[in-house]
Amino acid sequence: MSTVNKPRSEGGHAFHFDNAEHEFETSKFGIWLFLCTEVLMFGGLFVAYFLFEHKFPETFIEGATYLDWKFGAVNTAVLLLSSFTMVLSIYYAQNNKTKQCVNMLFITLGCGFIFMGIKYLEYMHKIELGLLPGEMFSFTGEVGASNLGLYFSTYYMMTGLHGSHVLVGMGLIVWCIVRARRGEYNSKYFTTLECVGLFWHLVDLIWIYLFPLLYLVD
Amino acid sequence: MSSAADRSKNYLNEESGLWSWLTTLDHKRIGIMYMITVMFFFLIGGVFALLIRAELFSVGPTVVEGAAQYNQLMTFHGAIMVFMVIIPGIPAFLGNFFLPLQIGAKDVAFPKVNLMSWYCLIIGAAISFYSLFFNGADTGWTFYTPYSIETDNGTILLVLGAFVMGFSSILTGVNFVATTHRLRAPGMGFFQMPLFVWGLYSTAILQVVATPVLGITLLLLAAEKTMGIGFFDPALGGDPVLFQHFFWFYSHPAVYIMILPAMGIISELITTFSRKVIFGYKAIAFSSVGIAAVSFFVWGHHMFVSGQSQLAGVIFSFLTMLVGVPTAIKTFNWVATMYKGSIQFQSPMLYAMGFLFLFTIGGVTGVMLAVMAVDVHFHDTYFVVAHFHYVMVGGTLMAIMGGIYYWFPKMFGKMYNEFMAQLSFLFIFVGFNVTFFPQFILGAQGMPRRYFDYLPAFEPLNRVSTVGSWLIGIGFLIGLYVIVSGMLKGKKAPDNPWGAKTLEWQTSSPPPHTNFHEQPVVTGGPYEYR
Amino acid sequence: MSGHHIIPFSVYRNVLLALLALTILTVAVAKPVSGFDAGVFNFLIAMGIASVKAGLVMAFFMQLKYDNKLYLAIIVSTVLFLALLFGIVMIDWASRAPVMSTL
Repeated sequence: MSTVNKPRSEGGHAFHFDNAEHEFETSKFGIWLFLCTEVLMFGGLFVAYFLFEHKFPETFIEGATYLDWKFGAVNTAVLLLSSFTMVLSIYYAQNNKTKQCVNMLFITLGCGFIFMGIKYLEYMHKIELGLLPGEMFSFTGEVGASNLGLYFSTYYMMTGLHGSHVLVGMGLIVWCIVRARRGEYNSKYFTTLECVGLFWHLVDLIWIYLFPLLYLVD
Repeated sequence: MSSAADRSKNYLNEESGLWSWLTTLDHKRIGIMYMITVMFFFLIGGVFALLIRAELFSVGPTVVEGAAQYNQLMTFHGAIMVFMVIIPGIPAFLGNFFLPLQIGAKDVAFPKVNLMSWYCLIIGAAISFYSLFFNGADTGWTFYTPYSIETDNGTILLVLGAFVMGFSSILTGVNFVATTHRLRAPGMGFFQMPLFVWGLYSTAILQVVATPVLGITLLLLAAEKTMGIGFFDPALGGDPVLFQHFFWFYSHPAVYIMILPAMGIISELITTFSRKVIFGYKAIAFSSVGIAAVSFFVWGHHMFVSGQSQLAGVIFSFLTMLVGVPTAIKTFNWVATMYKGSIQFQSPMLYAMGFLFLFTIGGVTGVMLAVMAVDVHFHDTYFVVAHFHYVMVGGTLMAIMGGIYYWFPKMFGKMYNEFMAQLSFLFIFVGFNVTFFPQFILGAQGMPRRYFDYLPAFEPLNRVSTVGSWLIGIGFLIGLYVIVSGMLKGKKAPDNPWGAKTLEWQTSSPPPHTNFHEQPVVTGGPYEYR
Repeated sequence: MSGHHIIPFSVYRNVLLALLALTILTVAVAKPVSGFDAGVFNFLIAMGIASVKAGLVMAFFMQLKYDNKLYLAIIVSTVLFLALLFGIVMIDWASRAPVMSTL
């Protein structure tokens, strides 16, 4: 019972677990289950994408021409880098290097800001042109397909849901930074970093698929 | 740490005050909070049901002014019962309380997440009821497009409320899967777990896998209502039936979320009150997981006449009949358990036997509906209404009541009034059949469901049905009295009044905060009566 | 924490470099960018490269390679369920009577 009342950073754990390792592995299992639910939720959108893309291939090809692949590629690289720095923050925590751990978390957060910044620019550009979802589509230029609104609905729903998860992830990273600066993470305990990290990697994974599907379709 | 003095402290009296309950991390307290919440919502949903039946007592307007008001009543009756009562009802209440106890654990894997799931239910329910200030919703709890898009009232709030309540279900599911995998006592492998745990585990898998799809479906519906995204709008190339595909991909597994824990309870009740080891433990365990898996393949049987293709319909019809097989296996095994057992007819067992009778009728009529040629006539008639009330009320609700009385002494350390409990059962069982059996006939004669009014020829059976609903109401009011008076002034209960063998009975009634006075070690199966 | 496998920094670095290289490849074989046209295979190649990237992130950054195989099974079954939803709706759409929409 002596390990129960110790702080986590000294190897303590909640009363209903046998030891700290037991608690860590269970927390990881729980997060993987939660990630499963996220994959299913986004998966519904991916299913809708594939269904409509199959039914209206011309609409999707034409819609993609309004997306700038360079922005998408930069965002992909930014998120991949952020996954790298996220995993490094855990690496440094495991090696008891708090300062580097915090620095990595800050860089990860920064990548999140860059990603959202680029998304903001992309959205503003489209909104100005009237490239809006569904019924709100009001683009005045020449169009080939008659239901481009459907393409942009798909685009906004998928990137919007993804973007909201990036924001949530960034919030979680801020919380991790606060705790890391307090010295709560070390080789004995880094569970929160591990769990937030797994969530962040999922956000990266979804974008890895979104990028070719939305930007590179032809 | 297990001196006699400690045994006076239990999870109920260890801390006091409302705040200690609202911030508790103890799975037993959270289970009790869910119990009170679910019973409260059941009361409201039940009142709506009585109003519906009162309206249908006579042709023409009876207690409501017209179709608009009636449609709101039936929508809320459905939404409340589905999202606030039957889905959380067993897992979040009895499951939360007894899953850790039955596997010899000290709590669920994630106690804070557990508390969060309760708040999700409360907040989601509050948002749902808030929609009533905007004329509620009149789409039916299934929100079919295009009407749900066009209707101009509080529908979007009900949709959002359901979304938040979905999180409650997901969090419970994540917790239970992790708990079952990681917190079993030494010696308890998967095949030494009680069947209630198998039921909860299969349900939890469904909660984790199916609910997120409902989440995205509701989000898409909300987006279509507010921004006109067009996924379900043919004018933009969308498909209204796509909503139904997405919706039922969750909602069919959802009905197994409703019944699997109930079946788990029935396994416990039948074996305890027959004082005999359960027949075919592994078959029942595998059937639970099997039902959960196959439940994902059958959603289109809700859509035979919606415009989906005939080929898709045939595929779904065939797969639906498959899901009846594991269910039948369980039913046969329960009856085989009773055979040559030493049957005790206390109220939990009465409810278990009531379940066997009513659920069988419900299940068999489900197989009837699976036959596409039959469903073409019965779809959207009272036949379907009768079918699902037989499985959900005759099935799940019977099991909840049986479970409440079975585990009452463990949860509260007191006994309830057995005679009044049996009286309650009588009113509910008789009243239920009087209410719903005529509805099979009405449906076969062609009376449509969800309609505010009906042809005069249907009136006599509708009157019978309404009288039945009053009997059910009386039965549940008596039940409420039994539970509350038992909690307040019941006789002190022993640790194991039924002589049952599962782990929760090896600790005191009520259990202490950490569940067991000593770490249990399991050396045999859960039902070794002889 | 005993039993904890610390992955070396070099592994992480190499995975990142591989991921960035694959991203460049993704772009290089995309028709709107380079004109690379392999018909229907464009889509399959793009999804294939994305899956390799996803696999690297899952195996090394999310440490699936070193973890309980149960987690991998969970993710794989998730994708299978989604494939089921997609597959049956496709069957439905493909086998409906001719008039479905005015588009």
